[in-house]
Amino acid sequence: MTTLAERSDVERPGRSRRPGRSRSDRTAIYLLLLPSLLPILLLSVFPLVRGIYLGFTDARAGRNVGVNFTGLENYRQLLGDELFWNSFKIGLLWAFGVTALQFVLALGLALLLNQQLRFRAVARVLAVVPWAMPPVVVGILWKLVYHPDAGLLNEFLYRIGADGLRANWLGDFSTALPAVIIVGVWAGMPQTTVVLLAGLQGVARELHEAAAVDGASPWHRFRHVTLPALAPVIVAITSLDFIWNFNSFGLVYVLTAGGPGGKTMLPMLFAYEEAFRYGNYGYAAALGNAMVVIIVALLAIYLRRRMREAN
Amino acid sequence: MFGKPSRTGRTLQYVALAGYLIFLGFPLIWLLSTAFKPPRELVRLHPTLIPTNPTLQNFVQAFTEQELGRAALNSLQVSLASAVLTVLVAMPASYALARFRSKLGTVALGWVLLSQLFPFVLLIIPIFLVLRQVGLANTHAGLVLIYVVWALPFALWMLQGFVRNIPRELEEAASVDGATRAQVLRRVVFPLLAPGLVATALFSFISAWNEFFFALVLIKTPELATLPVALARFVGIEGTARLGPLAAGSLLATLPSLIFFAFMQRRLSSGSLAGAVKG
Repeated sequence: MTTLAERSDVERPGRSRRPGRSRSDRTAIYLLLLPSLLPILLLSVFPLVRGIYLGFTDARAGRNVGVNFTGLENYRQLLGDELFWNSFKIGLLWAFGVTALQFVLALGLALLLNQQLRFRAVARVLAVVPWAMPPVVVGILWKLVYHPDAGLLNEFLYRIGADGLRANWLGDFSTALPAVIIVGVWAGMPQTTVVLLAGLQGVARELHEAAAVDGASPWHRFRHVTLPALAPVIVAITSLDFIWNFNSFGLVYVLTAGGPGGKTMLPMLFAYEEAFRYGNYGYAAALGNAMVVIIVALLAIYLRRRMREAN
Repeated sequence: MFGKPSRTGRTLQYVALAGYLIFLGFPLIWLLSTAFKPPRELVRLHPTLIPTNPTLQNFVQAFTEQELGRAALNSLQVSLASAVLTVLVAMPASYALARFRSKLGTVALGWVLLSQLFPFVLLIIPIFLVLRQVGLANTHAGLVLIYVVWALPFALWMLQGFVRNIPRELEEAASVDGATRAQVLRRVVFPLLAPGLVATALFSFISAWNEFFFALVLIKTPELATLPVALARFVGIEGTARLGPLAAGSLLATLPSLIFFAFMQRRLSSGSLAGAVKG
């Protein structure tokens, strides 16, 4: 592999040792790359830049409506928009709740899967299945579980004699958000578990053995050997999970569509409604911009703290 | 990992594992069970976990009455087109990225990561406006275009890894033997790249098959709806007896990605593809 790497270094454009080939090569490269780059530029980079720009305009639905640059007007409006603040709070509760629970449960499962236990193979397969399901199907699946009349959860509560606990889980103001968070955890656990398990398998066995010889208890070994070795993986996967959760849409759209009474109105659902129900393109884009800024800020704080701890 | 745990430790571990199995498994069993229950059992006051008189009626009903059949065909069409186009477009570019090192590879990967950060709502409005301008809003072609573009950065990154694994010496040996560049590509590179092409096509197929948000916004005609959108509409229809066909349709919608994951299971659980397939 090293020889290959060195060789391709030699042929790096502009530094080529065979300048005679370089120009025609470069044309060839661009011809090969063009069919990929052009669509990405047109339908991914351009829309993104334009979307960011729209957040500073009063763009609205309708064919012949002019678009005016309004600067920070949208953001001033956002600050005073109670519905936005409400949705934003729910979004944070959702994203933090799901990410934290996902992490704790996935770490537990990964630790178990890393042991020589029976039924490990079953658990491994089950742990990956939610990953293979389209988000819409995960939503439907859990709608069936939470169904007030024909649902698994209420029936289970009835069978164990806890009939008083039966509820309309997704329709009740107090239970809707927790119920939806559980679904988020269930749907996102596979990725987190697989990544953490891979990380665990990379922790050097010798360190554990040395610690065990020194008389460290299992908890001490976990705390002082496993966790530090796993730290970079943990930081990476929790950051990604947080981004994914904050931006998630399909799951909750199917489960509750933001209801009841806006109790599960995640920011993405709120923005979707603004854009495609009310046609407020500019305002919805501004919301999107605000979300990016918030995510980046939160991630920056998180990553800085981790870095400081690591040093 | 923790050496030999005590007997109570072991017991606790099994209790925890059982908890996980219940949490992960029971919702799945419930979906299966609902899909095979006749209407009479669905509306029963206290439903059972295992259907007493299992039936395939729900599957038939889902695909005839609820027009999930047409939606499945739409999804199949869109996903196949996306898979083929993604591979065709990504193949030359990934070869260039792998063989002629340039900063573009890093840029492509950077774009994969960066694009995760931006909520889709920022992209969807301009994309919607652009597609409408060229008359592709509310068409499958427009949807395919979006799916290809969104699968591309990751497909490029994945495929160029496969190209890199093909020893350059093989190509050089072939050209020493007098093969032209085109012949080298066709006879040497292409056959060796086949597994990579299949993996890329599968990845693109599954992302398109599962995608919901773009399809929801871009497709307005009910006859053109893809499976996830049709299923989501179906959810709105009230009535407990309707749950059977809904569960049956959901089950069938999961099949393609389930097959894909079974195919990739080895690599997924070994972690080498851990970051590969996003949620």
